[in-house]
Amino acid sequence: MSFVPHTQEDIKQMLEAIGVSSIDELFRDIPLGLRAKSFNIPAGRPEFEVTQILHKLSLKNGIGLINFVGAGFYDHFIPAAVDAIAGRSEFYTAYTPYQPECSQGWLQAIYEYQTIICQLTGLDVSNASLYDGGTALFEAMMMAIRETGRNKIILDSGINLIYRTMLYTYTSNLSIEFVEIPVVHGQSSRKDLFKHLDNKTAAVIFQNPNFFGAVDDYSDAVNEVHKFGALAIASVYPVSLGLLKTPGEMGFDIATGEGQSLGIPLSFGGPYLGFMSAKNELVRQMPGRIVGLTVDSQGSRGFVLTLQTREQHIRRQRATSNICSNEALCALRAVVFVSLLGRDGLVELAEHNYQKAEFAKEQLLRLKSVEVKRSSATFNEFTVFLPCNADKVVERMIEKGFACGFPLGRFYKGMDNYLLVAVTEKRTKEEIIAFIDNLKKVL
Amino acid sequence: MKLIFEKHKDGRRGFSYGSNCVLEAKPLPRKYCRAKAAILPSLSELDVVRHYTNLSRLNFSVDTNFYPLGSCTMKYNPKFTEKVASFEGFLQLHPLLPQLSGGGKLAQGSLEVLYETEKLLCEITAMSAFTMQPLAGAHGELTGVMLIAAYHKDKGSRRKYVIVPDSSHGTNPASAAIAGYQVKVIPTGPDGYMDLAEFKKELSDEVAAVMLTCPDTLGIFNPRIKEITDLAHKAGALMYYDGANLNAMLGKCRPGDIGFDVVHLNLHKTFATPHGGGGPGAGPVGVSEKLAEFLPISRVVKRSDGSYALDYNYHKSIGYIAPFYGNFGVILKAYAYMLILGKEGLTKAAEIAVLNANYCQAKLKDWYDLPFSKNCMHECVFSAARQVKYGVHAIDIAKYLIDKGFHPPTIYFPLIVSEALMIEPTETESKETIDAFIDTMIEIARLAKENPSLIKQAPLNMPVKRLDEVRAARDPDLSWKPKI
Repeated sequence: MSFVPHTQEDIKQMLEAIGVSSIDELFRDIPLGLRAKSFNIPAGRPEFEVTQILHKLSLKNGIGLINFVGAGFYDHFIPAAVDAIAGRSEFYTAYTPYQPECSQGWLQAIYEYQTIICQLTGLDVSNASLYDGGTALFEAMMMAIRETGRNKIILDSGINLIYRTMLYTYTSNLSIEFVEIPVVHGQSSRKDLFKHLDNKTAAVIFQNPNFFGAVDDYSDAVNEVHKFGALAIASVYPVSLGLLKTPGEMGFDIATGEGQSLGIPLSFGGPYLGFMSAKNELVRQMPGRIVGLTVDSQGSRGFVLTLQTREQHIRRQRATSNICSNEALCALRAVVFVSLLGRDGLVELAEHNYQKAEFAKEQLLRLKSVEVKRSSATFNEFTVFLPCNADKVVERMIEKGFACGFPLGRFYKGMDNYLLVAVTEKRTKEEIIAFIDNLKKVL
Repeated sequence: MKLIFEKHKDGRRGFSYGSNCVLEAKPLPRKYCRAKAAILPSLSELDVVRHYTNLSRLNFSVDTNFYPLGSCTMKYNPKFTEKVASFEGFLQLHPLLPQLSGGGKLAQGSLEVLYETEKLLCEITAMSAFTMQPLAGAHGELTGVMLIAAYHKDKGSRRKYVIVPDSSHGTNPASAAIAGYQVKVIPTGPDGYMDLAEFKKELSDEVAAVMLTCPDTLGIFNPRIKEITDLAHKAGALMYYDGANLNAMLGKCRPGDIGFDVVHLNLHKTFATPHGGGGPGAGPVGVSEKLAEFLPISRVVKRSDGSYALDYNYHKSIGYIAPFYGNFGVILKAYAYMLILGKEGLTKAAEIAVLNANYCQAKLKDWYDLPFSKNCMHECVFSAARQVKYGVHAIDIAKYLIDKGFHPPTIYFPLIVSEALMIEPTETESKETIDAFIDTMIEIARLAKENPSLIKQAPLNMPVKRLDEVRAARDPDLSWKPKI
């Protein structure tokens, strides 16, 4: 099966029009010595066989676990209407809206997406999306480096280690000086920040809530950062912004994050959604596509890709980034998701997450052998100190049908007994109680 | 159409979470809370569904229109791959599960998909190993150039240049620059091939890599490609293959056999995964054996007992370029596509893609200038220079095509062709569809002479007339602002 519609007669007529006698002749520019030495690909199979093979493979994944693992990637409910819209092939089989007159649906949807990102983060401008939260953070860091002409970056060690590792990987061939400041009692150490902040600093990057789940008000830190002419960047969890102080309210210059929680399935790590918003004055440093409002020749409202002189197809090696495609379909999911929830629904979602996590904390306190870290407020994820290695506990809990959390020892030295537990709106009271009952049994 | 924000009505709900079933905890301290709620639209579910359904109808897409957008390979996206990707076992899997003790056995299905896809891509491209992590083609380019940098660094060699031809995709020089290299640009000779004399002049022991697209962005296969790879290797540089145009090569020619060291593929092009209005794509990177140890971690390995696992034990790895294992949902669709097509189907895809492009070229070459008159591969590049004499530019032709229900070809790229019209029909389009397109293109060529104003007014049949892009950039309005 190759989805090719050509009959033998079609092929014959087309070859005649071209003036060659065979399809092979069309490949004559490839010297014989450069032809494929092998092509050992299995023969094609009919649709029902391939579907069956892949269905069987899907069943080899254990998805019956009750999930308390988050660590930046969360098990949220996705309303069916999100799938229905994202499943419209007028959206998913189109490409980047280079030709605005036949892409107004996409362009308007992206303009609306940009608006919800600005509203969620409290900042002025958003782009049309980036690959994921980690690459978005890298792009934000590079914006700050270009904008300030400096090359020192201060990272809060409460930023997801996956993202910090990505920043280090991407910059291994560039001369960028990184400083990591420690997290003390769940929160970013201001003392260490102030010690390292100087006139060479391009940006300071925080994550809220941080990897340990702790929420903070970074207004004081951002204020200090600005005194040195540096930019402040926040990596944020969008669902939490139904409740939490926004990057804009805290004075941050750029906000980025992983948008997976906005109606995008976990799907084993992708496709996800990187989002980015910034203050107005940074818009020309932004990477990726941006949609703007304009008018047509009759004065009617319409939308176009804009500020393209930043981009690789025009600026080539001097572009603000190399990004060409983005994650538009995931951005569409996000804007449909947020539109369905609306003003009250997003607050309700955030409240449920917060309340259920607090409930789980209360219940855990009844277990004498564990200690819930309560030095700082949290949103829907928190740290638990166990009497034994968290890795072992996780393994035993999987046997009992629970993905009980993320063992912090994997990412942080000396934290082998710590477990990071996420509780989303999807977890019922019964599931939370069963989780704790089973935890008691395995400890 | 009204914006969704303009349809808002206080008190409407499109979704409810119900009661939260737990006791009210004490609220989060105020200092951590947002002072002002986000101004989001409140609508019923039907309002939202109707709004976005109606928006979808304002788009051209592969499912609704012929979409010969050159360099983007807008082939048909088989529906069954959507179904496969929606299997709960794939959709619900948390990416951290195989990183937990005892979690690996619960991710075997997805790990197998990654492993098997890597194997197929290795055979298709004659590469030793692949990383499935890169999240788009340009992301793959950046990853590839970083791998090249790691290779040279490991050899103790300091090289500072990457060579690209002036016909390259903009992402090539941009990716090289972001990875820390200076870019040298080689002009295209009068024959349409990269100028070999200029190339030899720029090649030195300071060149880390040469990035080529093959067939190139003019749709031409350079018969002297092996000479280029040999020269580069002799100078100690690595050869980078931009796989945007791999569709023409399936089963015919493999980058590894020609001497390329690093390859990125665009699964959303060659392997028929939907383009999603601009993404998500996937840009896996394949490397020859000497570069395999630098690939990003984690890598998926098959154990002796037949099970699959994540392996982090590569001390020369460049690190993490994505949070997990790539755009898994996209990779899965590409895998399903490769299984259904198989060896014959993939080869046929390349053959018919090349047939369709040559047919377009043959039928239109009397009407439009063909700057490099050669046998083309999967796409052909015309110039509207002849029409410009009558005041009709490539963009006017594009807008008229829209009025006639065709998505325009890529215009103004490659940059080396003035008024470029880059047509890539792909193999899934029938002769009838292509004939209708050709007829319209011929009609445009005639009208350009006889009644150019008719073309310059286009589009007239769309929801909007020609849009003012200059105004959009001069005074950017990038989001809706609530009225206070």
